[in-house]
Amino acid sequence: MDVLSSILSFSIYEGLVFGFAATGVYITFRVLGFPDLSVDGSFTLGAAVSAVLIIAGINPFVATLAAIAAGISAGLVTSLLNTKLRIPALLAGILVMVGLWSVNLRIMSGANISLLREATIFTKASEYLGIGTGTHFSILVAGILALIVFFALNWFLRTEIGLALRATGDNEQMVRGFGVNTDMTLILGVSLANGLVALSGSVVAQGQGFADIGMGIGMIVMGLASVIIGETLFQPKGVARLLIAVIAGAFVYRLVIVVALRLGMAPGDLKLVTAVLVIMALAVPFIRKKMRSEWIPPATRW
Amino acid sequence: MENKKLLELKGISKYFSRGEIEEIKALDNVYLDVYPEDYITVIGSNGAGKTTLLNIIAGVFPPEPGGKIIINGKDITRLSEYRRAYYVGRVYQDPRVGTAAKMTIEENMAMALLRGQKRSLGFASNSHRRELFRNALEPLGLNLENRLNALVGTLSGGQRQALALVMATLSKPSLLLLDEHVATLDPNTAQIVLDLTEMVVKNDKITTIMITHNMEMAIRHGSRLIMMHKGGILVDLNREQKANLTVSDLIEAFKRASGDEFDDDSVLLRSD
Ligand SMILES: Nc1ncnc2c1ncn2[C@@H]1O[C@H](COP(=O)(O)OP(=O)(O)OP(=O)(O)O)[C@@H](O)[C@H]1O
Ligand SMILES: [Mg+2]
Repeated sequence: MDVLSSILSFSIYEGLVFGFAATGVYITFRVLGFPDLSVDGSFTLGAAVSAVLIIAGINPFVATLAAIAAGISAGLVTSLLNTKLRIPALLAGILVMVGLWSVNLRIMSGANISLLREATIFTKASEYLGIGTGTHFSILVAGILALIVFFALNWFLRTEIGLALRATGDNEQMVRGFGVNTDMTLILGVSLANGLVALSGSVVAQGQGFADIGMGIGMIVMGLASVIIGETLFQPKGVARLLIAVIAGAFVYRLVIVVALRLGMAPGDLKLVTAVLVIMALAVPFIRKKMRSEWIPPATRW
Repeated sequence: MENKKLLELKGISKYFSRGEIEEIKALDNVYLDVYPEDYITVIGSNGAGKTTLLNIIAGVFPPEPGGKIIINGKDITRLSEYRRAYYVGRVYQDPRVGTAAKMTIEENMAMALLRGQKRSLGFASNSHRRELFRNALEPLGLNLENRLNALVGTLSGGQRQALALVMATLSKPSLLLLDEHVATLDPNTAQIVLDLTEMVVKNDKITTIMITHNMEMAIRHGSRLIMMHKGGILVDLNREQKANLTVSDLIEAFKRASGDEFDDDSVLLRSD
């Protein structure tokens, strides 16, 4: 029973903090139709920037905001490469990811930074609120952050500008015909998404007590896995439900990973678990449609 | 009566595959004056340059240097496509181009409502706007006004094209560009969309350029008829000249102007 509840609460925590990254991936891949692979780099960027600032004695909340700003800048570069230099999105993302590896090493002046005994948003929040730290408290802090992000996005995506951003991913030509600079909406969306990914990296680093150059590896797959699981399990309609489904998808994904670890799987096997999980999540809607003899469009190839 | 010009095209050329052996003169030194409330039908063979003409007006690509595009006295030759949206509403041949499939009718209409205007951080839709959308959709008689939350991808081609037309004219453009917008529709739906076109063009007094491959349609609709051939305007008929026009007159006019032998296979003008 104790094991169960600890597995559950740990997965909830991880689902929330990785959910920010998953939401970012959702915005680029699904909303904008912009396959941004720089995510692995901007996740670590967020962790590196906030870790360095915290070590320098900056307030962790300020450091977290700085991490978001750094992520936004990374997204800015990717989207400018695509819209202004006309480099294909996939390539632009890969180039920024590769470049960020070196940038992150420079920022951290090394491969990792320990945050043990440093102030983090978790210790600061516990000071402010006068509640002791622990998994449940971490869930509370991450949950509050997630609520802020959720309400902000749920509002923004339904504004006139947010609608133009969503429409850009659906039919760019039409959107331009209605007078929207689609370069701007793409830049805005990709930057916003990378800000969220960096927020995720920053919070994860503060939660685990260190930033590491390799911590972003596989983040794109994790984000996609969460998005796909969320879509398959909940089949959400409308902005609000989609956002919740993505975070819930991140939770389910982390749950599977945590359970796999508890069952004694080696950490090295987790990549395979992830791959199988995503394939299963993709197979379910396919089989469902097959059984109803629905027409299934051929897969896209970007 | 000397009317003020709404649109002036001056010496517009457009070449594709520049510098290659197969250089294409899609438009060749075209001059065109469009007056307010003109309703121009455009016919011409495949590759005559009709779509290219609309693309140039809408700003999809610029004309060759030297050409000028003037709307309401303002030179917009260098203005990018999205900045011209303020003047231009457009419906394409393919209904999928003019509407967004993964968004609802309401969201599509909300995009259209703000054509060419600055977009804010206010909500894109509200009850006032929904009412406006319903009123705009109702005359279609397609019951779309009661399906605001339906995804546009679930509509039929005809329903989508009717929606595209309503969207293009929702916030009244100075100029409406229609590119064979009923060509892919079945005869019934085509008629509905054509009637609707007629209605909005008349009621809102929108200056319109409509491309069609159907000569009968070109004669029956509009107040002016233009025939294009090999990147140029061959024939330009005003309301009086067009009044008692027949399809065979049109073919005759084409022969005389082009000097070409009229050949149904190569020219592909249908009279059905
Ligand atoms: N983007 C482009 N790139 C290269 N060539 C083009 C492009 N657009 C048009 N063309 C060429 O310009 C010429 C005119 O094309 P356009 O589409 O304007 O013809 P059209 O009169 O609309 O014909 P249709 O009746 O078949 O639609 C054609 O030879 C076409 O191949
Ligand atoms: Mg054409």
